[in-house]
Amino acid sequence: MTVAGLQALLSHWRRNPWQLFTMIAGLAMATALWSGVQAINAEARASYDRAANALGQGQYAQIVGRDSAPLDQAQYISLRRAGWLVSPIVEGELDLEGERFRLTGIEPLTLPRGADAPAPLELSALAGFIAPNGEILVHPDDAGTLANTDHSFRPDPGQTRGTLTADIGLAQRLLKTDAITMLLVLPDQPLGQPPLSTIDPSLVLVEGQGQGDVARLTESFHLNLTAFGLLSFAVGIFIVYGAIGLAFEQRRPVFRTLRTLGLPLGRLLALLAVELTLFALAAGAIGIALGYIFAAALLPDVAATLRGLYSADVTDTLTLRPAWWLSGLAMALGGTAAAASGAFLRLNRLPLLASTQPRAWAADAQSSHRRMAIIAAFLGLVGALFAAFGSGLLAGFALLACLLIAAALALPLTLDLMLRLGSRLARGAVPQWFWADTRQQLPGLSMALMALLLAMAANIGVSTMVSSFRLTFTGWLDQRLASELYLNTTSPEEAALLTGYLEDKVEAILPIISIDTRIGDLPAEIFGVLDHATYRDNWKLLDAVPLVWDRLAAGDGVLVNEQLSRRENLSVGARLGHDTVLGVYGDYGNPAGQVVLGMDAFHARYPDVAALRYGLRTGVADPKAVADDLRRKFDLPPDALVDQARIKAVSLQVFERTFSVTAALNILTLSVAGFAILISLLTLATMRLPQLAPVWALGLTRARLAALELVRAVCLAAFTGLAAVPLGLGLAWVLLAIVNVQAFGWRLPMYLFPLDYLHLGGLTILAAFLAALWPALRLARTQPDALLKVFSNER
Amino acid sequence: MSARSIFLALAVLPAAALAQGFAGLGTNADGFAIPQPDPQFVFPADHGPHPDFRIEWWYLTANLTGPDGTDYGLQWTLFRSALRAGTGDGWQSPQLWMGHAAVTTPDAHFVTERLARGGIGQAGVIADPFRAWIDDWQLSGASDWSDMTLSASGPSFAYDMTLTAEGPLVLNGADGYSVKSAEGLSSYYYSRPFLDISGTLTLLDRPVPVTGHAWIDREWSSQPLSQAQEGWDWFSLSFETGAHLMGYQMRQTGGSTYTTATWIEADGVATSYPDGAFDARPLDFTTIADRTVPTTWRVMLPERGVDVTVSALNEHAWMTTSIPYWEGPVSVSGSHSGKGYLEMTGYDGD
Amino acid sequence: MLQVENLTKSYATADGRTQVLDGVSFGMERGETLALTGESGSGKSTLLHLIGGLDRPDSGQISLNEKKMTGLDDRGRSALRRGTVGIIFQQFNLIPSLTVAANIAFHARLAGRHDPDWVERLTDRIGLTDQRDKYPEALSGGQQQRVAIARTLAARPKLVLADEPTGNLDEDNAEIILMLLLETAREAGTSVLMVTHSLNLAARLGRRLHLSHGRISA
Ligand SMILES: Nc1ncnc2c1ncn2[C@@H]1O[C@H](COP(=O)(O)OP(=O)(O)OP(=O)(O)O)[C@@H](O)[C@H]1O
Ligand SMILES: [Mg+2]
Repeated sequence: MTVAGLQALLSHWRRNPWQLFTMIAGLAMATALWSGVQAINAEARASYDRAANALGQGQYAQIVGRDSAPLDQAQYISLRRAGWLVSPIVEGELDLEGERFRLTGIEPLTLPRGADAPAPLELSALAGFIAPNGEILVHPDDAGTLANTDHSFRPDPGQTRGTLTADIGLAQRLLKTDAITMLLVLPDQPLGQPPLSTIDPSLVLVEGQGQGDVARLTESFHLNLTAFGLLSFAVGIFIVYGAIGLAFEQRRPVFRTLRTLGLPLGRLLALLAVELTLFALAAGAIGIALGYIFAAALLPDVAATLRGLYSADVTDTLTLRPAWWLSGLAMALGGTAAAASGAFLRLNRLPLLASTQPRAWAADAQSSHRRMAIIAAFLGLVGALFAAFGSGLLAGFALLACLLIAAALALPLTLDLMLRLGSRLARGAVPQWFWADTRQQLPGLSMALMALLLAMAANIGVSTMVSSFRLTFTGWLDQRLASELYLNTTSPEEAALLTGYLEDKVEAILPIISIDTRIGDLPAEIFGVLDHATYRDNWKLLDAVPLVWDRLAAGDGVLVNEQLSRRENLSVGARLGHDTVLGVYGDYGNPAGQVVLGMDAFHARYPDVAALRYGLRTGVADPKAVADDLRRKFDLPPDALVDQARIKAVSLQVFERTFSVTAALNILTLSVAGFAILISLLTLATMRLPQLAPVWALGLTRARLAALELVRAVCLAAFTGLAAVPLGLGLAWVLLAIVNVQAFGWRLPMYLFPLDYLHLGGLTILAAFLAALWPALRLARTQPDALLKVFSNER
Repeated sequence: MSARSIFLALAVLPAAALAQGFAGLGTNADGFAIPQPDPQFVFPADHGPHPDFRIEWWYLTANLTGPDGTDYGLQWTLFRSALRAGTGDGWQSPQLWMGHAAVTTPDAHFVTERLARGGIGQAGVIADPFRAWIDDWQLSGASDWSDMTLSASGPSFAYDMTLTAEGPLVLNGADGYSVKSAEGLSSYYYSRPFLDISGTLTLLDRPVPVTGHAWIDREWSSQPLSQAQEGWDWFSLSFETGAHLMGYQMRQTGGSTYTTATWIEADGVATSYPDGAFDARPLDFTTIADRTVPTTWRVMLPERGVDVTVSALNEHAWMTTSIPYWEGPVSVSGSHSGKGYLEMTGYDGD
Repeated sequence: MLQVENLTKSYATADGRTQVLDGVSFGMERGETLALTGESGSGKSTLLHLIGGLDRPDSGQISLNEKKMTGLDDRGRSALRRGTVGIIFQQFNLIPSLTVAANIAFHARLAGRHDPDWVERLTDRIGLTDQRDKYPEALSGGQQQRVAIARTLAARPKLVLADEPTGNLDEDNAEIILMLLLETAREAGTSVLMVTHSLNLAARLGRRLHLSHGRISA
């Protein structure tokens, strides 16, 4: 009975391969977008963990010198001899074969177990690793570049691109230092250990962060991606919902026959569940494969973004990790279950001898619209509560979710009202029928239209956010990069020589001087600035005391960047340590907090720090001539002088790559929504013959009917697009005013881009038109006998 | 494979399978010096390291008693292992160091381990005045080992002890040249069996004053194991008569053994015994960490009328170090009674 | 008024072509009522569809009101259906998205002959004035057929083609529907060509044609 039953059920798909394709494609697409995003996240997280493990960022407490001063070896030994279990790390940059690498020196014997970064060391390899010219671990992609150097390299997929790991002895030699950058503190320390301050008061213990700074800073970025993945998944599930609903409707006669022949309802439901599980697994597998391709294509951009925005190193090659493909499979199964639940409930309630006539999807469309609208109103209320009382990134996303779902749920009722208005205004039999019929299609199309609404709103919201960001960012770059030339020197001596030479050739030489530190346990930079018109004229402060520049120069206080101000709650007048905050400035694209001191105050506080970088105001002189002269005179490498335009170009490039992922997801989501409409229309098309045949029999040509179908799709898309604009703007507002502030630490002004929205609207209508075109053409070509069967067959 | 276990594979500890997997370690000296018969030790210099040999250790075990009569065992070991013969400056040094410290009570066993690179001052041994250290652990004192202090610490225990020498150094084998296999693999090996020890154990923050008897072993070599050897069972026993017995058997594939023993009279006069004189047979086994380990033995040296049962104070004295082994205090009964230490290596899982 | 000459129609089936109509000829006068009988599968519906312009014959001629139909394209035949003929099927005649009232008026409005009084009278005549704002799904089969009849007659067609309009109904109901159709048709001066299995019903019509083996056998 079971086998026969399953055969009967499955035969449906053999007869309707198109439907099968629809369902599998929808589910696979949903899974692909979801698991693709998850794959990217998993890869990035793995990279952070690797970095954190190797460098001890976060996972382990660290001992560093005050003000990031390097440690010497004797300090390491004295700590060990005092019973402190610490492991030395040296870090630095190394130029090899014209590329810059980040070299980390580790001491494998004392390295904490979890931080066993060079894991692939073979049994015999330790001797090779700690030998005087030991092996250097390198990412396989970089191994080729370095093949011709004198060092011996060992390709290790555990490394991040652009980074090298070597024994500390070798690393110190390569970096020409005998210092230690920091000490990792092992988790299990022995009894009776004296406090650090009694051993060496110049050392500072920085507690572990658990996940590490990078993970913390980038968390918001990944949350963003996840939210997008979920949105795309939801859009895809709409398709599955439609396909399953249709398959159930069409098989009602089969169900009835099977039931009449004695198959218990429970067994029937179980068979259907088995069938759907099989499909979900198959579609999930396809989706994961697609997701892998998708993620592999996007990962380099994501990696570039994370590098540019957070200085986080992420490999750009993808590994198949159970974390994401399992989650993809789970989502496929869960999504199918969610999409099928309605159909199962209906089937469960189906009386044995119910009419086998296919009815419109939701006969009680009216009441279901109203129900959805009530839920929407409730969600709107919850969202308002989040907006009013919530704080943090999660509250921001919760607000977004409420907003989007509420809008989607309210859509059918809204459209219904619009259509009712349309039919009220309609004159003539055909227009009246058109509106009435469109209203009747609404329940079948509403899922696809909701998907379209979400996709369009996301598009409008995100593009508004990105464009606002771009506008602000480029304006800000113009302010901040006021110097025509930037000079990089390698030593204070060289700096003195070059600036001495330049003294009377340029209008001003502005030292860029800073030290790295930590404020509130997160990385921060302290800068010193000269009192110069460049800053007074160009830096737009978000908030400041009167005469801020004079007071800064006088050493009255400090300026902080917006992200630090928000993070540490430092508004103007607040105190940061012993300093008063004199002003807050916008600082986009920087994850770290910044403090700006007057140059005198900076030197007084950090007498040992010398400036190696300078901004040059060339004044009347031609920047290019100045640069060429300097290069020729001192035989400088190309990197020593960078002009403003190049820095701007690089910054903008980082910016564009940052949002290329978002853009790709945007387009994919919109395409999925377009596909959802196509599927829904095709689905409806098969059910539409009984609705259209009488009209045709009464004398409307098939061509006319097909044209009306097209008009209908375009109208619905246009109405939906109309509804998407305010929703998208709301979304943009939440992104700019809440999510971005939480994620990046800065708030951006919102700009409107009506032409973009029009463009998107046109695109959507075109998509709807194209989606409707095929079903319409099929209708126009329907043979009369197919229409006639409506009247003669007992269906 | 973690850095630690690599280190241990290089070190002397006898995980025979691993050692043999590491081509050459078992049989070939690879540019290292090789022990020669008829050694002439010079003290205190020979208490210091011998960097031309691959492996070396300073090995202290002690049987202790608390104020309430509870028995304790204590271990302090410093291993030296060289990647290449010779020394080097700073991180270039090919010498690696490893410390093991343990305290055994009748129902607990505390173990901890330290690793260090040579050349940077984190660990090492100096002969005069004597100082052997790794991190904050230290065995130091007079260059003739007459008076020394000993300390070690771990996450859940620590100890601080004082040692006083009672009798002479004892040279094992032929004047300190100890043959370990029929093929003639050998080491330099001497012991200091007569040491009084007292001090404080700190067990989970609870101080325990203890006194007892300690034994130091010194051994260095370049060929730790023959290819056919799986591990060893080593006994150091102190009898109530004042005599001591050091004996061990190298277990070889196929079940045969190669044994060595030194009998030490109460006055310090020592006699070495060749293969076959000493006999040790397991009487009872304990399953620890998925391995079956003999924790009660019948030990015989018929030429001295020794036929005793040796039982572990705590059968679970398992060293959870990078390469694990069993090491703990034992009690002796039968023809003689007394206390001692037992070390068993090469008992693999599966 | 209706002239059918030498009509042939065949369908492609799995085992070759099935000749359904094999030279059918007959004529009908204005106001005449004609019953078409025949075994199941004899081609009655096919013939009706050809006359209604819903399908094309393989060969032969159909003229309505002296106008040859054979040359008409889809557009022309659609116009014919809108204006000259009315078709009533056994079931599923109504447009599900429109109310009873809208359904009844629909054809007439398409034909450009909407006469509210006439519609009202027809609605009254079929006894469904109370149900005029309901949707078809809320009506019984008999009620639905009554609406279909009213809708057809509201458009004042010259010829009503009915394909077993009462096939789904019990005998009493069938009787009522048929009488309704015939009476209103007579009032409007409309010709009726009705397919039926029931000799009983056929007897109520003016003339009877029998279709067998693709030919009229009178
Ligand atoms: N679209 C089609 N394709 C193939 N064969 C068809 C098609 N439509 C009808 N036929 C065949 O043509 C023949 C006549 O069909 P038709 O529906 O005209 O019969 P009918 O006389 O109306 O029968 P009934 O009394 O059962 O309604 C039948 O054998 C049928 O199988
Ligand atoms: Mg028929």
